[in-house]
Amino acid sequence: MKKTGFKSLSKASKVLATAALAAGISLAHAADTIKVGVLHSLSGTMAISETTLKDTVLMMVDQQNKKGGLLGKKLEPVVVDPASNWPLFAEKARELLEKDKVDVIFGCWTSVSRKSVLPVIEELNGLMFYPVQYEGEESSYNVFYTGAAPNQQAIPAVDYLMKDVGVKRWVLAGTDYVYPRTTNKILESYLKSKGVAGKDIMINYTPFGHSDWQTIVSDIKKFGSTGVKTAVVSTINGDANVPFYKELANQGVSAEDIPVVAFSVGEEELSGFDTAPLVGHLAAWNYFMSADSKENDDFIKQWHAFIKDDKRVTNDPMEATYIGFNMWAKAVEKAGTTDVDKVEAAMIGIETPNLTGGMATMNKNHHLSKPVLIGEIQDDGQFDIVWETDGLVAGDAWTDYLPESKNLISDWTAPVKCGNYNTVTKTCGGAAK
Amino acid sequence: MTIQDNRGPLTRLLMSDSGGRKLILLMLVLAVIIPFCNLVFAEGSFFHISTYTMTLLGKYLCYALLAIAVDLIWGYCGILSLGHGAFFALGGYAMGMYLMRQIGDRGVYGNAELPDFMVFLNWQELPWYWYGFDSFAFAMLMVLLAPGILAFVFGFLAFRSRVTGVYLSIITQAMTYALLLAFFRNDMGFGGNNGLTDFKDILGFSLQSDSTRAVLFIASVLALIGGYLISRFIVTSKLGRVLVAIRDAESRARFLGYRVEYYKLFVFVVSSMLAGVAGALYVPQVGIINPGEFAPINSIEIIIWVAVGGRNTLYGAVIGAVLVNYAKTVFTGAFAELWLFLLGGLFVLTTLWLPKGMVGLWDLIREKYRHRQNTAAPLAQGDQT
Amino acid sequence: MMILCRQIVAALLLMMCALSQAQEGSLETLATQLIDASYREKAVLAEQIAALDDERSLPLLSALLNSALYYKKDDQRILIVAEDDSITDALSNEAVENLGRRDKKKIGVNNSLRRTLRNLISQAQINSRNPDIRLQAATNLLKSSADVEPEIIHQALAKEQNDAVREVLSLVQGLILLASDQAAERRQGLAALDGSLYPQVRASLNQFIQGFSEEEKISRRDELKMAEKSLADIETLVSMNGYIENLYFGLALGAVLLLAAIGLAITFGVMGVINMAHGEMIMLGAYTTYVVQQLLPQHIGLSLVVSVPAAFLVSGVVGVAIERGVIRHLYGRPLETLLATFGISLVLQQAVRSIFSPLNREVATPEWMAGTFMVNPALELTWNRLYIIIFSLLVLALLALVLKRTLFGLQMRAVTMNRPMASSMGIRTGWVDALTFGLGSGIAGIAGVALSQLTNVGPNLGQAYIIDSFMVVVFGGVGNLWGTLVAAMSLGVANKIFEPLAGAVLAKILVLVFIILFIQKRPRGLFALKGRAVDNA
Repeated sequence: MKKTGFKSLSKASKVLATAALAAGISLAHAADTIKVGVLHSLSGTMAISETTLKDTVLMMVDQQNKKGGLLGKKLEPVVVDPASNWPLFAEKARELLEKDKVDVIFGCWTSVSRKSVLPVIEELNGLMFYPVQYEGEESSYNVFYTGAAPNQQAIPAVDYLMKDVGVKRWVLAGTDYVYPRTTNKILESYLKSKGVAGKDIMINYTPFGHSDWQTIVSDIKKFGSTGVKTAVVSTINGDANVPFYKELANQGVSAEDIPVVAFSVGEEELSGFDTAPLVGHLAAWNYFMSADSKENDDFIKQWHAFIKDDKRVTNDPMEATYIGFNMWAKAVEKAGTTDVDKVEAAMIGIETPNLTGGMATMNKNHHLSKPVLIGEIQDDGQFDIVWETDGLVAGDAWTDYLPESKNLISDWTAPVKCGNYNTVTKTCGGAAK
Repeated sequence: MTIQDNRGPLTRLLMSDSGGRKLILLMLVLAVIIPFCNLVFAEGSFFHISTYTMTLLGKYLCYALLAIAVDLIWGYCGILSLGHGAFFALGGYAMGMYLMRQIGDRGVYGNAELPDFMVFLNWQELPWYWYGFDSFAFAMLMVLLAPGILAFVFGFLAFRSRVTGVYLSIITQAMTYALLLAFFRNDMGFGGNNGLTDFKDILGFSLQSDSTRAVLFIASVLALIGGYLISRFIVTSKLGRVLVAIRDAESRARFLGYRVEYYKLFVFVVSSMLAGVAGALYVPQVGIINPGEFAPINSIEIIIWVAVGGRNTLYGAVIGAVLVNYAKTVFTGAFAELWLFLLGGLFVLTTLWLPKGMVGLWDLIREKYRHRQNTAAPLAQGDQT
Repeated sequence: MMILCRQIVAALLLMMCALSQAQEGSLETLATQLIDASYREKAVLAEQIAALDDERSLPLLSALLNSALYYKKDDQRILIVAEDDSITDALSNEAVENLGRRDKKKIGVNNSLRRTLRNLISQAQINSRNPDIRLQAATNLLKSSADVEPEIIHQALAKEQNDAVREVLSLVQGLILLASDQAAERRQGLAALDGSLYPQVRASLNQFIQGFSEEEKISRRDELKMAEKSLADIETLVSMNGYIENLYFGLALGAVLLLAAIGLAITFGVMGVINMAHGEMIMLGAYTTYVVQQLLPQHIGLSLVVSVPAAFLVSGVVGVAIERGVIRHLYGRPLETLLATFGISLVLQQAVRSIFSPLNREVATPEWMAGTFMVNPALELTWNRLYIIIFSLLVLALLALVLKRTLFGLQMRAVTMNRPMASSMGIRTGWVDALTFGLGSGIAGIAGVALSQLTNVGPNLGQAYIIDSFMVVVFGGVGNLWGTLVAAMSLGVANKIFEPLAGAVLAKILVLVFIILFIQKRPRGLFALKGRAVDNA
């Protein structure tokens, strides 16, 4: 009895000592490390997509440390879990900035999480890299958007379908939230400007996680059987895609008849099901795992080594994270500090290699210039790149196809220094620094 | 327990409620110390309390008020609502709408008439149900009325047709689920999935300043104390006795001539309004309200707070809300993987072994301690309801 | 469409000239040219290959269509990779071995090229000996009648014996005739197309009618009238089929709801336990399917069949464990059970997330569940839904049989009706409770097998169905299997009736509101139990 008591006591003291030691170490570290915050959901509905990005950031940090860190300091990742809960995103962002005092945050996936975090980052003058394609209509001093804006994904994809495939009738199907709503508004206005009649556009919204697609797929089939080439532009989100594609396959909607081009379906989403019946359906991204370049081969090799699984795929948001991280590292070295204002200034104009064999450039509006690729789904869950833009496309924060944002531009360099500068009235809206 | 009328009403309420007295005292101390330490001491000082901590505490207090609202109907009237998150969210939306209107032309499009999310989705004019939310007074009225009216209509129908027990629980869940789906729709005009966010100021004070935050924190404390006293007043009144009677034997209460449905309806509506107030205070502190708050799982979590703290005591609900949420904050930071295991385990353990929650556990420990002290006279447990 | 086709044809012709100038093509040279050709050039090459009188052409084109055509990087040999990964030389038919993953590269195809290839292959296959292949080929040609050589159809039709194939072929011919510049041929075409429900026919008639100019509407009035009448007839039939289809969708949705809810009808309906972990039992069933499929990777169909008992066992055992470990202590406290089982559901979700990762798992669909069952060309019913409807009814019938006809069923009913009395008659009520709960959970597991064929297999699978399941059981009346059946089917159909009118989201909200109001009217559901049991809930 006594012995065990003593044992457990000594055990406890050991634990305590280790804990104290650990605390001491982390205190000592605090002074000479650069902290990298990772704000991706590790539980809840978004974990399925965001966990991969957390791992990507950790891999990048690991590699940077192997190269000797930055400014002679090691990088230290600080991972928190906002649990797919939007208010929690704001709280965790505040925790990262106020409590952990991180120098940069890589994070967010959904628009609502970004919108939730934005006021906190702006208030505390933090720095965040956002790696996912989104609806645009935003440009913050404190955020760099490394995913695609609508003109880097939606519009080129529609152009491809219109010119190369000869599509004349359009179904715009999306999940009912802000990204599909905005993208579809932009596309509708764009298509109409190209002479597509209103009756040739069908718009359909479904709730998150929609699982019964029978009626909608059958409607698409009917809409597409008028003898005019029809395509579906899908902004259907995440989990709803699997039942959607399964229903497409079962009702026999083949890509040769009615191609579906998706903006939210990448390699990772496809890894959840058998793609043989979906061969030929399309996706538009800035990166595909099948891209033929040395950088990409290296990246995939590193990823497999890091995650210890040869079967894991890579996808576009991972490339966006990769570009964002490398740009930040380069900017920190250029600025010689992690101070947000100096890094922000250094970021603009920075070039780093993208994974498709070119260079990505950070523009004055905090968006990237990237190539746009169209891929067709293959039976192995990969995409075969069938088309790409001739050059790079510069991300446009404010689309030209909505009346309200037509006159707005974003330019974070002097003398404008404004996220929503109105070129007609020559004034800056709310988003000034 | 006898009621001595020569004392003041507050004394009467708290006389036999030692837990409540301690709670209110603690709250008052918090209301003074925390904003003081936040505003007076500079960052880096030992006494400094960061804004992060203060808003976090403020959030916990809003949850605590919500938990009191649930304990009021569950602990004292046996109504297990799995949809109380809906009332919380409605209160939050009412506040959020006011805050949206306060943005005015400082939105990204500079449109004074419409919130940003309406502008880029091509809304031409403000929908009628947004009228009036420019006014703080009107918005506050709606904070009470929006949940209150929903609770009234819903309760009126449900209690009148004697939907009780698990059936009631399930249809309250259906209610919040239907509202969740409805608010997700962008066509509803509440910002869809993104909800309402990017607030600038409240009553002219910037929401980003620490002093506004401090005031909001104090307001949360006061609301919590107020909510506690109102609930305490209800449960110690004669009406409260009837409620307990309904909880324990609804049919008998009905046979004794009480109009059970009206009693239930009353307390249900009061509870929904308390939840609404909690939501209204929550929104400016966390900075966003979105349909996620309607999710059925959120409503179930509230029940857990109450169960963990100890139902049927009111202050137990506060303890539970703060404890569980604190644990959530810690665990989602440090051991994200473990959090759901822990939360799930907590549910099972509490229901199996701690039916009276933390408060019950504390009483048990105290009793054992007293036994050991050999205080021969067994203590009267009169103050336990 | 027509203009586009013409443009493509013109482009093709130009390129064809260019290519044929270069050299007269043998299969060898043409196939090698595929390697570096653009998609449009590949289409031209494919046509030339098809035109060759070479028996190797067809397998080569088929391989190209199925993305199974590769070339060896070093010596540019053209390879065909079979489904079992064996590699043969496309030209010499020799087996090729010891090739590394990076030694060969796929010859890519895109959608328009696939279309061309399918057309070419179908034109060749129209003379196949197998009538099924001929039918398939003819149906394919319907889609691209504009690119078909009329003579091929004419000859094929002349010697075709099979009625089904004849019918489709004559439609292809009708479509070709419709595009003719001879009025008589067009009329002949119209006559051939009359009454056909194929969407391509409808599409062509639509295009045909729209193609009339104002003068032609007068000068070719009879043709217009004929076409319009045909189209109107077709539309009427199609819309009638549309109603049937919608009903089918409703029943299929109802079957999913039924499957998800039957288990709950036992645990909640019969035992009165509010099992919030019910959804996770479904999820476990789906994951069991995944695991079984991993164990039997070559036998997808078999693995699905094996999964049914396996999922029943896994979920059932977990159910028994939950009952013995937790719920047993909470009888008579339904609200506490709700909380405890909710806790269990969180633990199970996270457990699955930790074991299988948060990513969705791939569950393959066997051949016999894919595709559609064609009632008529305007009404195709998806096989998987049909199976699920039958499966759900089968499960329900089996369950009813167990309850009504077995000793266990008898004991179970006895215990739920009057526990003390049952106990004093020597029934081990504890075991009956555990087994009943296990039965309900096991059936939820079976539902998971079916759902794995329709939706994501991921940690959140159960969450998506829990509320719906409760709605079904409560709506149908607790403790009544037939009520569950009627409720599930009517909710499914109601959802599908509202959906075209109000959209998917509003339809769902409307159904929820309807249930809430319905419960006010009949608090015990559609088929309420009568008698003493009522007061205990």
